Amino acid sequence: MTRTFLLATTAMIALPLSAQAQTKVEWWHAMGGELGAKLEEIVAGYNQSQDQYEVVPVYKGTYPETMTGAIAAFRAGQQPHIVQVYEVGTGTMMAAEGAVYPVYKLMQDAGAEFDPAAYLPAVVGYYADTDGNMLSMPFNSSTPILYYNKDVFEKAGLDPEKAPETWAEVEEISKKIMESGAAPCGFTSGWISWVQLENLSAWHNQPIGTLENGFAGLDTELTFNGPVQVKHWENMKRWQDEGVFQYGGPVGGNDAPPKFYAQECAMYMNSSASRAGVVENAKDFEVGYGMLPYYDDVEGAPQNSIIGGATLWVLAGHEDEEYKGVADFFNYLSSAEVQADWHQFSGYLPITTAAYELGKSQGYYAENPGTDVAIRQITLNAPTPNSKGLRFGNYVQVRDVIDEEFEHLLSGGKSAQEALDAVVERGNALIRDFQASNS
Amino acid sequence: MQTKRTIFGNRVLPYALLLPQLAITCVFFLWPAGQAFRQSFLREDAFGFKTRFVWFENYEKLFADPLYHNSLWVTVVFSLGVAFLSLVAALILALAVDRTLRAARTYTTLLVWPYAVAPAVAGIMWWFLFNPTIGILPYMLEMLGYNWNHRNSSVDAMILVIIAASWKQISYNFLFFVAGLAAIPHSLVEAAAIDGAGPLKRFFTIIFPLLSPTTFFLLVVNVVYAMFDTFAVIHATTEGGPAQSTNILVYKVFEDGFIGLNLGSSAAQSVVLMAIVIVLTVIQFRWIERRVQY
Repeated sequence: MTRTFLLATTAMIALPLSAQAQTKVEWWHAMGGELGAKLEEIVAGYNQSQDQYEVVPVYKGTYPETMTGAIAAFRAGQQPHIVQVYEVGTGTMMAAEGAVYPVYKLMQDAGAEFDPAAYLPAVVGYYADTDGNMLSMPFNSSTPILYYNKDVFEKAGLDPEKAPETWAEVEEISKKIMESGAAPCGFTSGWISWVQLENLSAWHNQPIGTLENGFAGLDTELTFNGPVQVKHWENMKRWQDEGVFQYGGPVGGNDAPPKFYAQECAMYMNSSASRAGVVENAKDFEVGYGMLPYYDDVEGAPQNSIIGGATLWVLAGHEDEEYKGVADFFNYLSSAEVQADWHQFSGYLPITTAAYELGKSQGYYAENPGTDVAIRQITLNAPTPNSKGLRFGNYVQVRDVIDEEFEHLLSGGKSAQEALDAVVERGNALIRDFQASNS
Repeated sequence: MQTKRTIFGNRVLPYALLLPQLAITCVFFLWPAGQAFRQSFLREDAFGFKTRFVWFENYEKLFADPLYHNSLWVTVVFSLGVAFLSLVAALILALAVDRTLRAARTYTTLLVWPYAVAPAVAGIMWWFLFNPTIGILPYMLEMLGYNWNHRNSSVDAMILVIIAASWKQISYNFLFFVAGLAAIPHSLVEAAAIDGAGPLKRFFTIIFPLLSPTTFFLLVVNVVYAMFDTFAVIHATTEGGPAQSTNILVYKVFEDGFIGLNLGSSAAQSVVLMAIVIVLTVIQFRWIERRVQY
């Protein structure tokens, strides 16, 4: 007892001394709740593993808040070293050449060992420049999957081990569940823009925009008002009117998870990274996992889904010594052990092949069925130009436009075709604005 | 009117005394306002690397934008709704307290409490109460046969933000009405009562006209409050949705500037808002204060 006390006191005295000698690296992130706690645990692990650098994680709110906060800070000369930016902010970050210190260059300058080939191609491709150089450090990438309530399935007389595969099955199952009284609603969805439009397009191998979904230039235009998307949005409207689908709100869809947790909706589509929250909240029922549904009359479906989530961008304007710390931390972060731990805890994709292999050899996927759904879905087929991702300027606003037009559709103000045409028209205007401000 | 005059022997002293206040005004008001004004003529990328002077392009785009027209209209409906609801509710409560003989002070104290609640907290509270999934009010409304959903219905959303924004303003208005009512001579009301005028008649012919200065003052204050101070309420409840139906001007400045990073347009919108504030202030001082007797 006395010994522990003495040790603790010594540690407390020693801590401020050593902290002064350490180089501080600030990391602004957008991970709240369970994910935020885990992130801080990882950082604490890094800080304990060496005494040269100290990474300071700062929670800055939602993704948009974190990104705009970092940009405002940059303009004021107060930027953090590392900022977590979500995938739709990629276009803006890539265009800001003077503000960003590309990761491949950082690793080179710091002399850290760094092999881009170790990362999953589906993840890296989204964040590389046209020469294949990695500009930001993948950290948390996810893809939407289907969660379902096994208990409700059983109550409705359905096979609880079988997730629906097609949209026709989703409708059929939902109606059975509603008729049997097992639950009042079939399904809900987070991130309407990302799940029910962008991923829907990729999953059915339909183009989201011209010039390879914007990868090949700023002169791109949106094209996701095609027949498959229109059909799906028509269905969504009909399903909402019938009670099969319940809307969970714009952007991330804050009202969607409670509907699933409260067993109001039997199925729920959201990021594979929602898994931590689902496991935490689904106390009274068993959760099943499945891939996103598809329309079986569309040729080439299912293709592969695209990622979302965020990467870590390094901002320019700091000391070399501090950037060495950033490089060292990135090495720690992408080590197989840390990645496997983070992936298994959160449901985010393992960003390196080594982390995936480690999980396999640990027997994690065999013990936790459904946890590899996201990886299988993202690697189902080799990505086509339609399904490797998207890169548009001002895409944060385009996402808002998608939500707004979807709301117009649900309230009966517009037909599916009118709503999607409006998304394309308004979205293209925003993309042209971005092109004008960045050229 | 008498005026008090202080004679300063030293010419520098008055300026020195004014300096702190002037400094605050310059740093926190004039300088940002000037920045916004300058920015409204520029087109810039988010990080500020490429800046171009575009004259009035931001304004031209803004006034041609149907979304901006929508936002203007939404703001009119919202601020009149808030002003009306909070004035009527406050007046009824003030009249009730005025008639109460015992414990009027206790009621007054209790009714003033909501004013101490931060707008964001008020917004979250109403968000909980009206939440379509877990809220108690939609649950009760459903029993009455009304399917409340402010996520889908723009009317529901507007009602929600009006109630949430009015709630705490009621306390403020209430205080002014209580004071206004106390200032009405009892002899007038009693004389009317003796002449046989009922409570309603007394209210509309004596009390309400005598309260009109207070009411006019509060009307302007409430409209200004609804237009400029309700950001937190909107942010915590509807975030301007569904489909822009509660996107008031102030919220749109934030959305376009901070979320959308369209700084030029956002600055132009701020300048328009500044113009609106100036107009409202002029109306209050030049027009209402002159015509209404206190």
